Amino acid sequence: MSVTAGLGPRLDRERFEAGSLAMLTPALALLGLLFVFPVLYAGYLGFTNLALVGSRSRDYSFTGLDNVVRMLGDYVFIKSSWLTILFVVGSAIIGQSVLGMVLALLLRNAVVPVRLVVGSIVIIAWVLPEITVALVWYAFSQAGGTLSILLGHREANYLVLVPMFIVSLANLWRNVAFSMLVFSAGLRNLPTEVLEAAEVEGASTWRRYTQVVLPLLRPTILTNLLLVTILNLSEFTLIYAMTQGGPGIETMTLPLYVYQEAFVFHQLGYGTAISLVLVLIGAIFSLLFVRAARSQA
Amino acid sequence: MSAVPARDSAKPTLIVVPYRRISAAALITNVVLILIGGFFVLPMLWMVFASIDSNPDWAIKLPTLTFANFADVIGTAGALTAFRSSLILAGTTTVISTVLAVLAAYPLSRMHIPFKRSFMLAILFASGLPVSMLIVPVYQMYVYFGWLDSLYTTALFLAASSLPFAIWLMKNFIDAVPVELEQAAAIDGASTFRILRQLVLPLTLPGIAVTAIYTFINAWGAFVIPFVLNSNPDDQPGPIEIYNFMGSHGLFKFGDLAVFSLLFSLPVILLYLFMSRYFSGAFSFSGAVRG
Repeated sequence: MSVTAGLGPRLDRERFEAGSLAMLTPALALLGLLFVFPVLYAGYLGFTNLALVGSRSRDYSFTGLDNVVRMLGDYVFIKSSWLTILFVVGSAIIGQSVLGMVLALLLRNAVVPVRLVVGSIVIIAWVLPEITVALVWYAFSQAGGTLSILLGHREANYLVLVPMFIVSLANLWRNVAFSMLVFSAGLRNLPTEVLEAAEVEGASTWRRYTQVVLPLLRPTILTNLLLVTILNLSEFTLIYAMTQGGPGIETMTLPLYVYQEAFVFHQLGYGTAISLVLVLIGAIFSLLFVRAARSQA
Repeated sequence: MSAVPARDSAKPTLIVVPYRRISAAALITNVVLILIGGFFVLPMLWMVFASIDSNPDWAIKLPTLTFANFADVIGTAGALTAFRSSLILAGTTTVISTVLAVLAAYPLSRMHIPFKRSFMLAILFASGLPVSMLIVPVYQMYVYFGWLDSLYTTALFLAASSLPFAIWLMKNFIDAVPVELEQAAAIDGASTFRILRQLVLPLTLPGIAVTAIYTFINAWGAFVIPFVLNSNPDDQPGPIEIYNFMGSHGLFKFGDLAVFSLLFSLPVILLYLFMSRYFSGAFSFSGAVRG
């Protein structure tokens, strides 16, 4: 006869408790209804000819690869994809990360009042509602705005002259604090011994940063790149409020094009198909960063 | 992990410079920082100056001091409605998202759940999905349910879209609380819900506050979701009002727009300042997802 008979379930192994299921259920229900289902539904709608109004709003059908074929011949879509990549690489991957790193390094060595004031201003720019950022940058870049006066061409509207550059700059201005905070935290957690050793050995400041600090920060840098890429790929509000994608289609990145196709031109199916491409681009970038992180470890 | 306090010993790495001699490098560092600070403060200054200027335009200039703009905005029904709508939208979102996140994060942190690691990875992945992808199917569902044009149903989707990150954040906070107290309580016969209510909740209050404030700040500034799901002109939240103002190219008073944006931005700045002393640790991502 077994010794354990009659002693109830064994206690030396972790078990699944019914109570935990009860606590998870509300979150799972909400996520299931308004997250998981819409994601799957998007995967279907992207291959249909669903419209917002008219007969196809009710009698839509699965159209296979029609939307994909349409995309490949769609000049606006191609341009929009390039603009999106330009925006993410220029504003987020290069601009935000480099300036964020520069700020994190400089702030460590700054005198206290400068550190407090500059650090707070950068963070306030990040905390401001996006629409406020859009407004102040709209004002900043208008003809007769501060930028045109600073550059000495009072009548120049830089939001029309170099729209992609201005929205990228505004976006960088808003998001730099995020990378700055991530890098500051990374720098704080570096082992002091290594830095001190490099200093004692007489390494120059430049060599200490390029050959000791940056390699040690590699995981932090890759995490930052992954996060800012994903966050910036779906940027909509700032660009839309400043330009609505214009002038022409000069700032029509993919999220704006999704909105325009779906809710302005009433092509819900085609709009969804474009949003799937956006997810695909995000997945490709993520994969690259994850592989880069693995190759080191 | 997020809650490990930063090691203070790691901060000062510079050679101690004698007080009066400022090295060239230190000088350059501070000057460059002040220049960068100028780049960040300039666009904001417009909003502040225009709000107290009796005759503002797009440029930053010394204001002809007036408080008429403030009186104008505070006196209009439209501005008050926008604040009320934003409060309902962001408040509802925050309550739903935070309560569900706390409930879900506890078992994810403490209990044995099959496929927990995969689930947390899925949660992290979900928080990175663009709203652009969800908005069309959700719009279709809202048409079907008859949920369009209501602040509360709009808040429900805002809550769903902020929930993955809230769960992830909340789980990290609970992970940081030592498990021994709960084990002792469990041995003494306390039920799971009693442990949650009397032990975990008080101990993770700062974490809950951070999660709630973070969700609120995002919902307060949310644009595209209410823009698509709520077209009822009587209860448009602040961001949409500002956008409509901007769209009416010059047909509005610059001063009023500046005042409204300034007032609309203040709550989130204050909330951030309140939260930041708890939040500083949340940016260390090393070992963020643990099974």
